[in-house]
Formats: sequence, structure tokens, C-alpha cells
Amino acid sequence: MRTLEQTTQEVLELAAKHFQLPAGSLAPGDDFFKKLGIDSLQTLEMLSRLENHFGIELPDYEVQGVSDFKTLAERIQSRL
Amino acid sequence: MLDLSKYQSIGEALRDSLDEFSNEVCLIEADREREKERLTYREFKERAHPLSKALQDAGFSAASRASIVMTNQSKWLISAYAIFFAGGVLVPLDYKLTPEEQWQLLKHSNATVLITEYPIWRQLSVSAGRAAATNVQTVLVTEAPAKADLGGAQRWEEFRGAEEPVFIPRKRSDIACIVYSSGTGGRPKGCMMTHENYLEQCVALTSIYPFWPGVRYLSILPTNHAIDFMVGFFGPFTCGATVVHLRTLRPEYVREAFPKYKITYVSLVPLVLKNLQKGLQARFDALPPGKQRVFNALGRINKALTKSRPRLGISRRLLKQVHEAFGGELRAIIVGGAFTEPQTLQFFYDLGIPVANGYGLTEAGTAITVNDLKPFRADTVGKPLPGMEVRIVNPAGDGVGEVIVRSKTVMAGYLNEPELTAEAIVDGWLLTGDLGRFDGAGHLQLAGRKKNMIVTEEGKNIYPEDIETVFESLPVKESCVFAANYIWPKRSMVGERLVLVLHLEPGQQFDDQLRQDINARNNRLLNYKRIHGVVLVDQDFPRTASLKIKRNVLAERLAKLDGTTAILRL
Repeated sequence: MRTLEQTTQEVLELAAKHFQLPAGSLAPGDDFFKKLGIDSLQTLEMLSRLENHFGIELPDYEVQGVSDFKTLAERIQSRL
Repeated sequence: MLDLSKYQSIGEALRDSLDEFSNEVCLIEADREREKERLTYREFKERAHPLSKALQDAGFSAASRASIVMTNQSKWLISAYAIFFAGGVLVPLDYKLTPEEQWQLLKHSNATVLITEYPIWRQLSVSAGRAAATNVQTVLVTEAPAKADLGGAQRWEEFRGAEEPVFIPRKRSDIACIVYSSGTGGRPKGCMMTHENYLEQCVALTSIYPFWPGVRYLSILPTNHAIDFMVGFFGPFTCGATVVHLRTLRPEYVREAFPKYKITYVSLVPLVLKNLQKGLQARFDALPPGKQRVFNALGRINKALTKSRPRLGISRRLLKQVHEAFGGELRAIIVGGAFTEPQTLQFFYDLGIPVANGYGLTEAGTAITVNDLKPFRADTVGKPLPGMEVRIVNPAGDGVGEVIVRSKTVMAGYLNEPELTAEAIVDGWLLTGDLGRFDGAGHLQLAGRKKNMIVTEEGKNIYPEDIETVFESLPVKESCVFAANYIWPKRSMVGERLVLVLHLEPGQQFDDQLRQDINARNNRLLNYKRIHGVVLVDQDFPRTASLKIKRNVLAERLAKLDGTTAILRL
């Protein structure tokens, strides 16, 4: 079982890879809309990638209003 | 289709539809690759009537108000019909608003019933805003887990009356819905839409884009939005068509839904349409050179053959793979909620997929103009729908002036706001605040806004006053928010931004600490509501005797600054 820290780290690494950013360039508190300059649709695409990686399903309502990696990692952790 | 001229209300028309088309499928609901539900019109009625009866047993009667805060799904439409059958007024709210904003509008609307889904209720029930909305007496929650603490709510699935409900008739002039076009931070603008507004709009729209049994409409835009309420509920239901709901809007499942359910129509906001265009273009660009040449040649033939009108049969044969990806039966993509760039519209039309773009606003009952495809014009928002009188007032030399509208689809007014209503509707004409001109062929071309607001590509109307409260306690002398285009007008409806205007204290600097404070507050707003930059002024804001900011005077003053350099990035 992953710890929340591990999950958060994996979320950051995957997001960086997905949006072709240098590893370590994202932080847990970053607002992904602002940091990545993405829109809500691109966020949904990132979520699908995270779901595949963690082997979970994240209903849309679970990520409604979430805009930072830390909260996103917490939502994922609760479903692992 | 039912002859809607014979009907007095939404509820009456829907009641007859359920009997008229009883064996047709009205709803399909899918969750990812799983189909959750498929209902005929008869089964829809069997679900809705016990709910309507239970509402009546709980004291719900003619003109009682009930709100729905729910993602797109079967239970949204079932609940709405139950409310209309019982003679009620529906208050559809955006499920993406924050809980505080939802409670604020629930209070303003004076709804006594709230119908919502469990994940939303989990947040609503613990929100501080709940205490003030004492008008909400009954809360029904769908799909709550077995042992969930419902916080005073009741389970939607168990809220059922034993006998048949009594149909409560309404008149055409009665209010059917209160639809909020804005106002979560300032003065809520609750558009009072009458039954006649919807009946007339439905007749006008379906005269150009018809529905019939067998048509499948993919419902993606939120149903609280005027467009989806009309083309994803009332329109298809009065024609015996099928509405398809997806419980997740991840792009891959949306893509799969087209071929799986053989979709006929879909409504999208410009942002999604552009995303779709990007995805398709990337796939075309990745074709091997030989295939690319063939594809481009077929595209040119299609373009030549569809110049004067769409020819779906020919386009489907010529560009088979593209059309098969969309299920092979797509007749049109309806795009709305915001302005769509002409090149995006042309891209799809050249593939043989007409995009039904148009222009409208909630206050006018969804659409005012639509592209009738005779011929397709990407550079306009189409011609006025039947029954719409549209004029341009105070035109400048190039013919551009304010667009005003008179029709049976224009709202009765803003709830509890006679002054705002009097400003918006003058002698029966709705002043849209949008600028445009008619070309020689009678097509409307939009050319910017007269009003202080923006519309995002996701179709969200943002009024500066609604987000100002977030910045109110900033340690500065004065602050307010403007739409940049209102200060520095440009003849465009895209790329609209909000700016924060600051008047600093004497000797105060716009330093990192202040910038961080602004950023932190900005991040509390939903991403599409955020300000884009800051404009500094060194004079007191002009104010009325009651100390309200004279926005038009301040805007005139700001307009003297250079718009390209005056906006400081955050």
C-alpha cells in the first residue's frame, strides 16, 4: 500500500511526464490550471492517465473543484 | 412532434408525449463502458409519477419552487417532469458552483424543495450557507450509500407516493423556470422564463433542426443550461426522440459514445469543439503522405459538393472514416454558450459535419439566431429564428450597433429585480448588450460587447461584480473588477479577460506581498473566473451619493490608458 507521500510524488511525476515538463518541476501545492496552463478538458485527460496508473476509477464528482496536486493525490489515495 | 400551439405548459406537453411515444426509448444512461439504464417513455412516466405524488403529499402545489442541482442523468429529467406535472416552478442550478453559491441562489429563488445527488449533497450539507436558506424544507438525495448520513435529507429513490398524482394545469404566461444567468457574488439575475417562452422556442428551433423518434441526442452541456434544457430535454421529448447521458465526460468515453449510440445531434461549447478539432487535425497530420493526399483530395471534392447546402449522404461516403468515428449518423453539432471562431466552424463543415452555430442568451429563451445552413456561413451567427424580431440600434458608420430582440421567447423579467428588468427590457425589446450588424443576406455578425462582462469558451458568463467580493479586503485603498474589453473595446468575442483595478494607499507599492495576496485570492475562484492582470490608478474611484462605483465613468477614465501596457501580469 502506497503512503500519501508516495501517491503525491507519483501524481507529480506522471503530470510532469504527461505535459512534458522536467521531472521535479511540480510541487504538491501547485494549482495545475495555472502551473500547467491547461483547461478543464486537458485536466480530464490527465485524470484518465492517473486512473490507468493507479488502477482506480475516479468519478468526475470526486475531482470537481479540485485544482491542486495535493488534494488530487488525497482523492486518489482514498480509493486505493 | 406534438403540435405545441395547442399546449399551455411544459408539463401538459410532456404529459402527452409520454403517452404518445410510450414505447419509444427516451433515455439511455451510460457510465464509462457500462450502460446503466435504458428507459422508454412509459417507464419514464412510471418513475416520475410516484415522485410527483410524493411532492404533492408533502404540500408541493401550483407555483411551488423546486431546485435541481445534479449532473446530467436520467434522474434530472425525471425530477424536472415530476415538478412540472405538479404545477411547480423549476430552479435548475449549475452543479459546478461552490456550495456557498448554490445556497445563495437557493435562498434567492425561495425554492422549498432541493433535489440533488449524494456527492453534491455531501458538500452542500456541511456548507455554512445552508443556515440562511431556511426556505428549503425538503431535500431529496439520489444514489446515497446505504449507511450514509443524509444530514436531514431524504432518499430520492424512497420518496414515492402510492397513488396517481393530480396533474396541475398552468397557463402559458405562468413562470416555468427561474434560470440564473449570473449573480452569485452580486445581485442574482434569476431569469423568470414562462411556459410560453419554452413552447415558442421549441417550435422555432425544431423547425430548423428537427427531432423525431429514432433521433439520439448526446447530452453533454449541463442540463441547467438553457441550450441543453431545450435540445436535451424539452425538444427531443416532445418529438419522441432519445437522450443519451454519460456519467463521465472524459474525452475517451465521449468519443466512444458517438459510434456506440449512433448519435444524431450533440451540443458542445466552443472549447470542446476546438479540442475536438485539434485531435482530428493531429490524426490527419499523422497519416502517411499517400493517404494524406487522398484524404485531402476527397476533402476538396466534399467541399465543392456541399458549398450551397449540406449533403450528408455524399459526405458520409466520401469521408467514411471520419463519419464512422462519429457513429455515421451525426447530422449536426450544435455549438453554443459562447462565440465560436469561424475557422473551427469551417473545419467541421468541410468534413461534412455541419455545426449549428447561433447566438442567444438565457434572457431571450436560448437562441435568437441560428445558422440555417442554406448556405453554411462560418463568418456569421446565422439568421433570426422564426418569430424573432431582431434589430440593431444606434449603429455606427459600419452598421455595428446594439442587438435588441422582441419575441414570445423573451423572459418575463428578473426575479425580485424590477429595476434590472426595466433596464433590460424596454418597450418589449430585450437589450442584449451585445454589438453586431446585419449583412446583406440577413445574417447577424457579432462585433463585441457593450456590457461589462465576459463569456468564456466554456460558455460561462462572468460578471465582474460577482467576483469582486474575493478582493474586497485587499490592503489597498480601493479595488474593483472590469472586463478588459469593456474598458478597451475590441471588435471581437474571443479571448475576453477580467482585470483587477487597484487604487493603492498613498506611498504604497505594488510589491510581491500584494501580488501574492492577490494570487492567493484569485486561486480561490474557479479557474474560469480568475482575473488576468492588474491595472493601477492613482485617483479615487468616481462614486455615487450612495458610494457605489460609477463604473462607466471609471471605465472612461481607464480607457485613456494604453490597454497593452496598463495591465500588469500576476
